[in-house]
Amino acid sequence: MSLTPSAIERCVDTAVSRMKGAPGPLLEILHLVQNELGCVPPDSVPLIASALNLSRAEVHGVVSFYHHFREQPAGQHTIKLCRAEACQAMNGDALAAFAAQRLGVEFGETRSDGKVTLEAVYCLGNCACAPSAMIDGQLHGRVQRETLAACAEGWGLPE
Amino acid sequence: MSARAVVTVFVPGDAGALSLGADAVAKELARECRHRELAIRIVRNGSRGLYWLEPLVEVSTAAGRIAYGPVRAADIAALLDAGLLDGGAHALRLGNIEGHDWLRSQQRLTAARLGVVDPSDIDDYIAHGGYAGLHAALAMPPHEIVRAVTDSGLRGRGGAAFPTGLKWQTVHDRAAAQKYIACNADEGDSGTFADRMLMEGDPFALIEGMTIAGLAVGATQGFVYLRVEYPHAGRALARALHVARERGYLGQNLRESGRDFDIAVRVGAGAYICGEETSMLESLEGRRGEVRVRPPLPAIKGLFGQPTVVNNVVTLATVPVILARGAAFYRDFGVGKSRGTVPLQLAGNVKQGGLVERAFGLTVNQLVYDYGGGTASGRPVRAVQIGGPLGAYLPPSAFDTPLEYEALSARDALLGHGGVVVFDDTVDMARMARFALAFCAIESCGKCTPCRVGSTRGVELVDRILATPGGAAADIALLDELCDTMQNGSLCGLGGLTPFPVRSALRHFAEDFG
Repeated sequence: MSLTPSAIERCVDTAVSRMKGAPGPLLEILHLVQNELGCVPPDSVPLIASALNLSRAEVHGVVSFYHHFREQPAGQHTIKLCRAEACQAMNGDALAAFAAQRLGVEFGETRSDGKVTLEAVYCLGNCACAPSAMIDGQLHGRVQRETLAACAEGWGLPE
Repeated sequence: MSARAVVTVFVPGDAGALSLGADAVAKELARECRHRELAIRIVRNGSRGLYWLEPLVEVSTAAGRIAYGPVRAADIAALLDAGLLDGGAHALRLGNIEGHDWLRSQQRLTAARLGVVDPSDIDDYIAHGGYAGLHAALAMPPHEIVRAVTDSGLRGRGGAAFPTGLKWQTVHDRAAAQKYIACNADEGDSGTFADRMLMEGDPFALIEGMTIAGLAVGATQGFVYLRVEYPHAGRALARALHVARERGYLGQNLRESGRDFDIAVRVGAGAYICGEETSMLESLEGRRGEVRVRPPLPAIKGLFGQPTVVNNVVTLATVPVILARGAAFYRDFGVGKSRGTVPLQLAGNVKQGGLVERAFGLTVNQLVYDYGGGTASGRPVRAVQIGGPLGAYLPPSAFDTPLEYEALSARDALLGHGGVVVFDDTVDMARMARFALAFCAIESCGKCTPCRVGSTRGVELVDRILATPGGAAADIALLDELCDTMQNGSLCGLGGLTPFPVRSALRHFAEDFG
């Protein structure tokens, strides 16, 4: 998805008109934009602000408040690894260290080749099957090193 | 093709079951049965909450529903060879799961239909007692609906345990052109998943509960504030809302009653603080999820400044059974001021984790050992954390505590949303205390200083304590003082309750701090 000015403009227009008349629509609009473009690009902020009669600061404030919204697109693949207590109780910390090492990327970052984004989440609600991860939108329970190693291999990441 | 009737097979579509391969099981089952010319109908039910047995496949037979689990896709061929569709013998065969001790000993009122019904089928819901509560409510004047909820003794299951009827009464008594029902489905506490299970496995119960709430207080619009981490619940809710509208259980003049009520789902964006009710309202209004100063209470001035009932999923999904069976029926479960049943969630390092709904009063021991069977690792249990990241840690010496509001409070602990996370003896409790503070720092909305600054200073203090072997007494005292400030000075429960895990770790596991 190329984030050309016209693509951003079109996307914002569609999102705004879909939510027209809905009360408090900003979060919904940001979701629509991110679902379409893979992120909320900084260039979309003034457009959204003007459509909703808000200041750019207000829109930026909302985008930056929520962990889910991102200003740059994620990598080709995304692993959200749960770091909360129930997963910690099942060796989650060691798994997290392994994930960062094997995927070659720190939490909250995207590999420089754009292949993988690794993120921490705090609870996927799968705590009886810990540790859990959301891998490219699919929930995985009882995640082992092998689960992550298989992903890394499948995505062609060097050992 | 044989002349036998189409056999119904249940393969859970619950996110937890999916995380263990339920989709692959369903796919393989369909493929293999097509190949063998066996006519089956696959129902994607919710989970019954015995997660160590997921994916738990059930087959409808003349002798009732026969369960098999945990089933992997690779087991399907052998299961069919063994006569799966007739409930045939196999190593994975569990018999009728409702006869399993783990389930039979439970008292499922809120979760009665979980794993039983097809969550997308409103007729199945009705056949299992669904919408009986709404029908009762439609025949009652609003104040009597409120009274039934008050008399049932139901308290908010989201964590604050505020009497639900009292909240409804306040909204009922306000004169306003528009009132709202806001369902808090931002179940962010680690170790909790009852909301998710209910929304995925029995979404009509939530819809019915919200509709009854709307009738009771005079609200015509409901919102479900759903966390973005729960996409499966979002899809299940969207399907159920569509069906409920089509069948006249939502919308204008619902069930020809002359009353209107509808529900919209709004998705959060990964902020733990939005589980706090005023922060959730800010977020629903499309703003940063910053906590509001109370008063005014949301019941007086809530969503868009209007009187608003804010309840969590479990609370609202419990309302239908209260209306259907009567306040006294529900109130007769439980102990002391903790009336009714509570869906406890057993998680973490535990052999048999899942959902245990019982009348209040079950002890931690019973939950962790009788239901949980001890740790998954096989090592001794060292601690449990009750009620999510803001809940206290308890050592085994306190496991005789009943899981009810007052008894836990007497132990400086909270029931919260009913999640119990088990840790084995490899846990480092100083690290857990540090994590509680670090989590508070990550998730603080930043509005009040005790939480925003206190959490970070707390992390630094724990680091200093751990770096000073034997000589940390002054810093431990300082940490305790910081906890005082956070507990008493924070605007909401995030900063106000973070001291619970920290102090309980200090009190019960002092040996881990230097």
